[in-house]
Amino acid sequence: MRKLVKHAGRMVIVLLLGGFLGATLVRIAPGYGVDEEELDSRLSQESLQALRQSQVHDRNLASFYLRYWAQLLHGNFGFSVALHEPVRQLLAERFPETLKSIGMGLAIGWMFGLGLATTAVMARSSVIDVGASLLATILLCIPAAVLALLFVIAQAPGRLVIGLVVFPKIFHYARNLLVRSVALPHVLTARAKGLGGLRVFVWHVLPVAAPQLFALAGVSVCIAFAAAIPVEVLCDLPGIGQLAWKAALSRDLELLVNLTMIVTLITLLANSAAELVAQPMRAGEV
Amino acid sequence: MKAFRVTAILFLVVVSATCLLADFVAPASYAQQFRDVPNADCSSQHLLGTDDLGRDRFSRLLYGTRVSLLLAPAAALLSSLLAALIGGSAGFVGGWLESCVMAATDLFLSLPWLFLLISVRALLPLNVAPFTSVVITFGMLGLLGWAGAARVICADARTLCGSDVVLLARASGSSGFRLLWRHVLPNLKPILYAQFWISIPVFILAEANLGILGLGVAEPLPSWGSLLRELESFSAFNAHPRQFVPLILLITTVSCFHLALQKEEL
Amino acid sequence: MRRRLILSFLLIALLVNAAAVRAQAGNQLRFCLGSEPKTFDPLLVADDASETVRYLTGGVLMRLNRRSQQLEPELATSWRVTQKGNAITFMLRENVRFSDGTSFSAEDVAYTMQRLMDPALHSPTGDSFRSSDGKVLTQVAGKNRITITFSAPIVGLDKLFDQVAIVSARSPQKERAVLGPYYLAENKAGSYLLLKRNSNYWKHDAAGRQLPYIDSVRLDIQQNRDIEMLRLTRGEIDFINSLNGEYFDKLAARAPQMAFDAGVSLDSEEMWFNLVPTAPLPDYKKAWFASTNFRRAISASIHRDDLARVVFRGHARPAVSWISPANQFWFNQRLRPHAFDRNVALQALGQDGFRLQNGVLRDRGGHAVEFSVITNAGNKDRERMATMIQQDLGGIGIRLNVVTLDFPSLIERITRSFNYEACLLGLVNDDLDPNAQMNVWLSSAENHQWNPSQKAPATAWEAEIDGLMRAQAASLDVKKRKQAIDRVQQIVWEQEPFIYLVNKDALSAISAGLHNAHPVVLRPQVYWNIDQLTLGTEVARNR
Repeated sequence: MRKLVKHAGRMVIVLLLGGFLGATLVRIAPGYGVDEEELDSRLSQESLQALRQSQVHDRNLASFYLRYWAQLLHGNFGFSVALHEPVRQLLAERFPETLKSIGMGLAIGWMFGLGLATTAVMARSSVIDVGASLLATILLCIPAAVLALLFVIAQAPGRLVIGLVVFPKIFHYARNLLVRSVALPHVLTARAKGLGGLRVFVWHVLPVAAPQLFALAGVSVCIAFAAAIPVEVLCDLPGIGQLAWKAALSRDLELLVNLTMIVTLITLLANSAAELVAQPMRAGEV
Repeated sequence: MKAFRVTAILFLVVVSATCLLADFVAPASYAQQFRDVPNADCSSQHLLGTDDLGRDRFSRLLYGTRVSLLLAPAAALLSSLLAALIGGSAGFVGGWLESCVMAATDLFLSLPWLFLLISVRALLPLNVAPFTSVVITFGMLGLLGWAGAARVICADARTLCGSDVVLLARASGSSGFRLLWRHVLPNLKPILYAQFWISIPVFILAEANLGILGLGVAEPLPSWGSLLRELESFSAFNAHPRQFVPLILLITTVSCFHLALQKEEL
Repeated sequence: MRRRLILSFLLIALLVNAAAVRAQAGNQLRFCLGSEPKTFDPLLVADDASETVRYLTGGVLMRLNRRSQQLEPELATSWRVTQKGNAITFMLRENVRFSDGTSFSAEDVAYTMQRLMDPALHSPTGDSFRSSDGKVLTQVAGKNRITITFSAPIVGLDKLFDQVAIVSARSPQKERAVLGPYYLAENKAGSYLLLKRNSNYWKHDAAGRQLPYIDSVRLDIQQNRDIEMLRLTRGEIDFINSLNGEYFDKLAARAPQMAFDAGVSLDSEEMWFNLVPTAPLPDYKKAWFASTNFRRAISASIHRDDLARVVFRGHARPAVSWISPANQFWFNQRLRPHAFDRNVALQALGQDGFRLQNGVLRDRGGHAVEFSVITNAGNKDRERMATMIQQDLGGIGIRLNVVTLDFPSLIERITRSFNYEACLLGLVNDDLDPNAQMNVWLSSAENHQWNPSQKAPATAWEAEIDGLMRAQAASLDVKKRKQAIDRVQQIVWEQEPFIYLVNKDALSAISAGLHNAHPVVLRPQVYWNIDQLTLGTEVARNR
């Protein structure tokens, strides 16, 4: 219980830090508080000054962050200056879409990545290994934006692209991990004793590689989130990725801080869940 | 498998030699604009045709390969080493160091680094030589790309610390940095290899995207990334097989690297 | 038998209903917006996307016919500008209602003008009317007559009303109650906007049928031009308002009936040097940029014909002045584009002590001439132009570094930090009257890009431009104004604070299913006659 509280405390600190660092990065980067409208030649001197003043809402980052947290504690996520809507409403509208995309992407990525890695390693077939590696390399080399564009052209569901982006990374890590696990002395002994392929894999190979695979599972959530940005933008999927892109282009501070916190929270949850599952396994093994 | 490996090595030798000798092999300078023949088809004068500004695609591919083939693996190596050191040390030492490193990793995976890169661009002078700009870009990518792998490596290192190999090493008096360097890190190689392979194409593509921030390879110097960027405006409308040549070369080269250096036989 | 009859009746009813639903869904015009509208308040419009919504929903007193370039009555049946040019009287149309049913009267016009001219609103449209300080007076005489008086004469006063969408003084819906052909029915932020036909729209066709013909307009927010093109070819959208040369040529080769080149537009692409005295640049570079000879030499070594031919595929022409040749009345016909001539460039540079040594141009102090040009990332045409200029300048030993930046970073550099050497951008121009560009040419203005907000003109020629621009703004004599504007164009052509590169053609793409579309040079090129557009049955079938 104490451990759990400690873990939760750590998560809160990282979350706060994530939000603050995210806000700092956005705020100090050039272009904050700058608008294309400033180049409008119709604007009088006074209007231009007023426009500039109106855009620098939060000169002091610390006061912005305190105000933001005070707001958040009252359930107010702030207001998006780029999309003219409360952030809460935007997130509520778009979060399910992204969750669906990422869920499907992760399922496809893991199914094919781990599936092919396992088949290649357990079948001990160079042809399957080279074929699968080649497929993974091809997908790794094609820019996500190009993949998304190809899907748009083919009128295929854009969500699948996230799976294709996640797949090669899962495959490469999983394959290399499994290759090493297969070469461990106890696995070789089990094979020499004539144990079946499936049994060797389930009882001897998988337990050794499981903690690392769980860590990879946590990381793959972040990979999927990163892939969601170009995919949602190009495939016109109204999700968090598209929102993040629009927020970044218009330096929408409140929206970006919320999105950073959400991604941090999801990363933390995914990694913590992976740790929680992996820990007993490691303990059991030792 | 051996035949595959030999072919891969041969291919890499040919590609590397051609690119290193680009000054002699390339039919034209990568920057020269043949303005009378923009977007020309393949011909004896322009083997892969010309681009929008009439530059010889074949020459640009050779020079672009030279830039990317040199710098992307270097950046991938940097990120893999950082992942090994940070993740490996965290998993090996454990305790508060591991907690701190993992928290830092979570932050690294979640922060909008785009804005850091925009700030870096602001700090750099505008008159940076194209090659310096590309070195800085790949350096940044190498420095920022370690986090995901570090998490998996940390998990791996933790598992290794409880393994027979490490216990045996500890029993024979090995400890501290020596134990980490001699016994733990070498066993992390499979994940480091994976990180390395994944990073090469990912960094090549990321470099192209950084062009929108004023980082990356500045005109007129070509890179694989900038050549692949052309594909982003690909549509059934303007499909040309020659557009895919850089992509095919990238896939082939990365695959050949993979085959040539792959030590683990199945 | 009876059961069969009932069944037949039900079947027919279902079919009719299905056809009606299909027709309703099909009679929808679709096109893409490049970005999210920043405001739905018609008085605060500044960006393209908001302008589109205003054009489609707002009712104006008079409209500039984009084809004939003449003013036509809309909500005002007639108008008269006083001789002094500081007041205008409108006779308004009767029995007109806003989209929510509220009736329209002179009170609404008065309210709109008072709100528009409120200095606290900071409306770009309002600023166009602000030639001096002082209040605007509105005098309502009855329900349908109003006189608006400004504190000073305003040149081209009547034409400015093309941009003023009348808002209701009494409607509870405020600015959402509109007088235009459509009203905003749905807004899915960042995704799409749905405009529906305003059933109270006052306009009817010759046969007495209420306009507009199309029931609804769906505006999809789509930043990617490639996907926009793909959607057009698939029939998912009906037109693209503005196309680049590359796609225009590809479309023209595949479906020539869909590609329209309306001729040279009012927009220009230009490059300028940073002449701000306090800019964080070395003194020797400031001296280069401040030299007229240096700027002329750069201009003479740029091959504008090549830019037009290669980058814009021939759908552009070398630019001459800040006024496009499309603006036939105000363009100075005596001026010609600067010819590409490296000898002229080297001669001009020689006058300032520059010399070419081993292919590298050096100044008097021995500094190799190298500078950077910034432009906005993602605009392929500008990136290509910069790369071509790089090679052109290489021909006289100058090393040009091309840096693409995201737009906010670029704007920060050119408006605040002034940490740049040269910039390549385009000027979007909607107004035929050059007076609209006062804030670019006055040396005291913030948009005087090369050296903004000067306390006193830094050079004699800038002082002369200030005088000429002020003189033309104070005069209602068109002939005198034309002389002043011609002289300003002449000075700019000689001094080259802006090095004009090309004027692009107005290119658009229109699907075969959209009828009555006559693309023009002025914005909005394709849908300027939105209430006259119709969709063919084939479009309805596909949707």
